[in-house]
Amino acid sequence: MAHILLRDLDIPDIWQFDTYVANGGYEGLKQAIGNHTPAEVIQIVLDANLRGRGGAGFPTGRKWSFIPQNEAVKYVVVNADESEPGTFKDRQLLEKNPHQVIEGAMIAAYAIQATAVYIYCRGEFWDLAHALEERIEEARQANLVGENVLGSGWNCPMFVHLGAGAYICGEESALLNSLQGLLGQPRVRPPFPAQKGGGLYYEPTVVNNVETLANVPWILVNGADAFKQIGTSESPGPKIFCMSGHIARPGNYELPLGITFRELIFEHAGGIPNGKQLKGILPSGASGPVLRATDEVLDSPLTYESVAKLGSTLGSASFILMDEDTDMVWAAAKMAHFFKHESCGKCTPCREGTYWLERIYERMMRGEGTEHDLHLLNSVPRQMVGVVLCALGDFAANPVLSTLKNFPDEYERYIRQRPVREQTADTLQDYARKEAGEHPAAVGEGGL
Amino acid sequence: MLAEKYADRIQKIFAKYPDRRSGIMDLLYLAQEEYGWLTEQALEEVAALCDVDPTQAHSIAGFYTMYSEKPKGKYWLQVCTDLPCALRGADDFYAALCEFLGVEDGGTTEDGLFTVEQVMCLAACDKAPMLQCNFHYHENLDMEKMKAQIEQWRAEAAQPEQPEDERP
Ligand SMILES: Cc1cc2nc3c(=O)[nH]c(=O)nc-3n(C[C@H](O)[C@H](O)[C@H](O)COP(=O)(O)O)c2cc1C
Ligand code: SF4
Ligand code: FES
Repeated sequence: MAHILLRDLDIPDIWQFDTYVANGGYEGLKQAIGNHTPAEVIQIVLDANLRGRGGAGFPTGRKWSFIPQNEAVKYVVVNADESEPGTFKDRQLLEKNPHQVIEGAMIAAYAIQATAVYIYCRGEFWDLAHALEERIEEARQANLVGENVLGSGWNCPMFVHLGAGAYICGEESALLNSLQGLLGQPRVRPPFPAQKGGGLYYEPTVVNNVETLANVPWILVNGADAFKQIGTSESPGPKIFCMSGHIARPGNYELPLGITFRELIFEHAGGIPNGKQLKGILPSGASGPVLRATDEVLDSPLTYESVAKLGSTLGSASFILMDEDTDMVWAAAKMAHFFKHESCGKCTPCREGTYWLERIYERMMRGEGTEHDLHLLNSVPRQMVGVVLCALGDFAANPVLSTLKNFPDEYERYIRQRPVREQTADTLQDYARKEAGEHPAAVGEGGL
Repeated sequence: MLAEKYADRIQKIFAKYPDRRSGIMDLLYLAQEEYGWLTEQALEEVAALCDVDPTQAHSIAGFYTMYSEKPKGKYWLQVCTDLPCALRGADDFYAALCEFLGVEDGGTTEDGLFTVEQVMCLAACDKAPMLQCNFHYHENLDMEKMKAQIEQWRAEAAQPEQPEDERP
């Protein structure tokens, strides 16, 4: 079947405006504006039951319907921060099929009668963001973006904003602060972004992921029913699966939601290289719990509901695969380092918790882990979950608790036999921390 | 001064937003491009342009990994050693790179050409090992390729004058 999202795989130069238009591009926007009221567009997306692809799976049409109609200023913000370890789908969409994202964002903007669209790109997408500005200019010249869009009397310019390297800025309220030139830390909610007082410049705002919006033009052209033909009733539509780690053919795969883990990993992505067995699966990057690759897991369908039933989350569908030789304590240490580095520091449990978790793992990697450390690994994360301002604090607990639960034997080994991973203990150390003259040795053994 | 030298670009940045403060991130990039790193003067100029206190410009500069408040090598190599890349050999690659350049983690070569750092996921995990040099990606690397690339950078740096737009 032809791709709906990764259309560059079928039509390599679809990034060019003329090619995109020659292949049905901007038809969805034309139909939205020409044939439907904004309320009808929201209803179509609601009927399609499109769910957000940025991680939370929230129904997109519902999100749009929260926007108050009578406000003078409203925004659509495209979340192109893509910083979850193992996620690289939005980058391919923006690089290879950018006009579809622009079109989807304009349809969203029409549906809520937005006064401007901002695309927040992570700073590392430097080259991509500058190319994207050219694509937006092409759309503007064709009267698809900007003033009096398609003669409708509605004005909606589109701008690119570059971040500068901070995972937390993918969290929508931190992203809005960052866009406003404030420190990129999450906001207290309510008010939520869709409400007056909670959005960009405190105006009602829809924040959607790049991939979410890339689905929208197709839905407008083909209808909600056709969209629901793909995938399952609870989780309809195509999804991009990012495959990384120990996998024969790493990369992005667009497949209907509802295929099984086994089909995805072994049929589509070529299985595990070097004849190894698969051991651990992270289905949603570093932020969701790790699963043990049992038959029960492998035969489960990939939908938001069924992955939750297994005790993990589908999230943005960033699959990090780990073979039988992978040291799961080391993998958890890597993730603990990530969250320590990315915690914005605003809430104490997250700031302190991620700091201590990293230090405990450093000790384990140096072969100095104790029973007491195991106890701490069980208790510190539980003191973070649910008492923090944003989901990062909850995410940080996942790799720790899920590896403890699914791979207890490997932790035991670290305590009993005390293997040393010098290089890892060393490279784990935050270089900024090292520069500041801090040294983990200064932390008392088992202290907290 | 940025304000005079880049009046056009600055005006374009501010035109994107209803609030001058939103221009701070783009302006910090511009200042970094001009001065090589975010010097005290750079931060003060940016703060004045955005109508914020210099302390606020400092805290924003310190919050993100792509701004630098210290001089860096001409080639700022940020290698991803996050979990997905590490599963494909990024830690060993990084260690070999440091050894080849004769620097420690986070260090700068004596000739001032290269700074090496580890960074978190850059959304290129399927093309590991990879790095970002002055904001441009280099993917599917191994030390063979890296040595050739380093030679090329060294040769490039030995050229008399660099065109302005070669820098980020
Ligand atoms: C720590 C953290 C990081 C996040 N990073 C991203 C991201 O990089 N991209 C993204 O689209 N959503 C990210 N999200 C989710 C956003 O907050 C938000 O739910 C999403 O952009 C909504 O879009 P959607 O409804 O289309 O999925 C992140 C959330 C958290 C808590
Ligand atoms: S949970 Fe962590 S990342 Fe989120 S706001 Fe609190 S300190 Fe910041
Ligand atoms: S982990 Fe290195 S690019 Fe994602």
